[in-house]
Amino acid sequence: MKKFNKLVSVVVASAMVLAMAGCGGSDAGNSVNNSTGNNSTVENSGAANNSAANNNAEGGNGAASGTFKIGGIGPTTGGAAIYGINVMNGIQLAVNEINAAGGVNGYQLEVNFQDDEHDAEKSINAYNTVKDWGAQMIIGCVTSTPCIAVSEETHKDNMMMLTPSGSAVKCTQYDNAFQVCFSDPNQGAASAQYIGENKLGEKIAVIYDSSDVYSSGIYESFVKGAANQDFEIVVAEAFTSDNKTDFSVQLQKAKDANADLVFLPIYYQESALILTQANSMGYAPKWFSCDGMDGILGVENFDVSLTEGVMLLTPFAADAKDAASQAFTASYRAAYNDTPNQFAADGYDAVYILAEAIKQSNANPSMSVSELGDALKAAMPQITVDGVTGEGMTWVETGEVNKAPRAVVIKNGEYTAM
Amino acid sequence: MSFVTYLINGISLGSVYALIALGYTMVYGIAKMLNFAHGDVIMVGGFTCYTICSTMGMHPVLGVLISVVVCTVLGIVIEKIAYKPLRKASSSLAVLITAIGVSYLLQNVALLIFGANAKSFTSVVNVENINLFDGQISINGVTIVTIITCIVIMAVLMLFINKTKMGQAMLAVSEDKGAAQLMGVNVNGTISLTFAIGSALAAIAGVLMCSAYPSLTPYTGSMPGIKAFVAAVFGGIGSIPGAFIGGILLGVIQIFSQAYISSQMADAIVFAVLIVVLLVKPTGLLGKNIQEKV
Repeated sequence: MKKFNKLVSVVVASAMVLAMAGCGGSDAGNSVNNSTGNNSTVENSGAANNSAANNNAEGGNGAASGTFKIGGIGPTTGGAAIYGINVMNGIQLAVNEINAAGGVNGYQLEVNFQDDEHDAEKSINAYNTVKDWGAQMIIGCVTSTPCIAVSEETHKDNMMMLTPSGSAVKCTQYDNAFQVCFSDPNQGAASAQYIGENKLGEKIAVIYDSSDVYSSGIYESFVKGAANQDFEIVVAEAFTSDNKTDFSVQLQKAKDANADLVFLPIYYQESALILTQANSMGYAPKWFSCDGMDGILGVENFDVSLTEGVMLLTPFAADAKDAASQAFTASYRAAYNDTPNQFAADGYDAVYILAEAIKQSNANPSMSVSELGDALKAAMPQITVDGVTGEGMTWVETGEVNKAPRAVVIKNGEYTAM
Repeated sequence: MSFVTYLINGISLGSVYALIALGYTMVYGIAKMLNFAHGDVIMVGGFTCYTICSTMGMHPVLGVLISVVVCTVLGIVIEKIAYKPLRKASSSLAVLITAIGVSYLLQNVALLIFGANAKSFTSVVNVENINLFDGQISINGVTIVTIITCIVIMAVLMLFINKTKMGQAMLAVSEDKGAAQLMGVNVNGTISLTFAIGSALAAIAGVLMCSAYPSLTPYTGSMPGIKAFVAAVFGGIGSIPGAFIGGILLGVIQIFSQAYISSQMADAIVFAVLIVVLLVKPTGLLGKNIQEKV
């Protein structure tokens, strides 16, 4: 037994030493990469040039040689996996289309998507992985908290970063980061505007997650936006990540205040519980939510009839009638045998936006990460992109997108355009 | 009227904590170790029942029985592999750290098998809600079943420990392992039995918790597990009625502080109350004050 104890303590001690060395190592790795990052990237893209040139020669394609390497970061496992997987599929679909059509300025695109499990620390690991692979620009992260963490790193490397769905304001705190989706304040204010203009409710209750930057960000801007509308916020109740199973108090307060519409700027897992608990207490208001609600129809074994009539602000609906959405939905279904949600659309648009910025700036893959970053961020405010998440999308230099808000309602278990 | 509703909601939440806390306090009281993996055994119970009932479409009663069996076996295996070799370790911290390790192991295995997407648990309890005062107050069927289950389990456990030979052996082991062994008590067998009972309780708690709050992920058990541990300490860890009272009180305090003080500050208030109670009564509400003999 003594020996066994010693063995255990030796193993534990050595694991701790390794873990600490690992931390130090990655820090050191960052600084080394910072100083020599340009060189290694040139080497990488050089190697890519050669292989691409060979491929082209064999394929008889006379286009310019070279590959733009795009790193993707998002949760493909964990609680937010449904977002990351859709973004990843959307990115791959767009990359395949662009490559099949001859690439961007003749250069092919290549993507490497890494899992961050919706965790800030793991997203940095994912970023280091794609950087080691030779990524020259980042599409990511999919969720806000990791996005803010990675933006610190991309800012150091001056790497172009375009987040498909990271909506917190801080995601674009640096000049190298841009958003495809609305920022949280825009979502909150747009929700208030939408509810007010369409007269969806008079007495509004809000239930939000005060421990989450996404949720509290939307809540704050919703309150500001509501000041200009002719409805009243009667109840505003919070919960925290440690307290997210029982919503009876929040719902009871909304019911007591006779709220006819409940605004839920939260993610779908909690929304599913809220809908179930409201149903069991016999409370049936209208529900309005933001993009975090997207995914509620994918909860296994969930009684989707509870979601009937739930409205959500989202830039994309799979059954929208416009040609761009229909074409995208059809090719996504063909490729993945699944109906795309707005995250797939965000990821898909992100690739086309980067392609447009590359065209605008005449960038080429042999440029260093930092040169590319400078070129692309100068190009972003100049371009206009018609995507599936909105027409005539433009960007301001601070990274936020301009486009009109859209909403969908759930009918018979499907998102239907309103 | 809303006061009564909040009280009922508090008891409803508290009864879930109480059920989990019974398992915690049982294992601590006899094996003198904190089984931090208890919350995750609950999660395993929930997933087993989900697989049997929702995926394979079998009867809920069968689901509950099988998850009890699975959790009991799991509890015995964990005890044999992870805890028993460390029982004589010089520091009791070793077992504590191992328990945390087992907790992460269970979470990650569940993550591998079931994935991280939330699953909606179909309630195994088919009891109608009770409506009072023209539907102004509604008591959830699951709540009633949970409270009754809790009281029945508490009574059976107390009878078992005080009246049966095995129970007496447990008490003997909890007081002095060495002396109990000298008196012919099978210490290892008794501790295994404790874990078996604790894990069977976890399975029942898991099924009832998921019926009341029907969202199932690999992390479902961890936070309620910690809250239930707090409830067990609150009521006096090692004391079976203490776990019940601690659990109910914790739920009621949490809901009342959400309702009347601040929905964000609920946890802070719960823990503040815990600190005050422990300052006044360091062994918890019903804890025994055992004096160290020299």
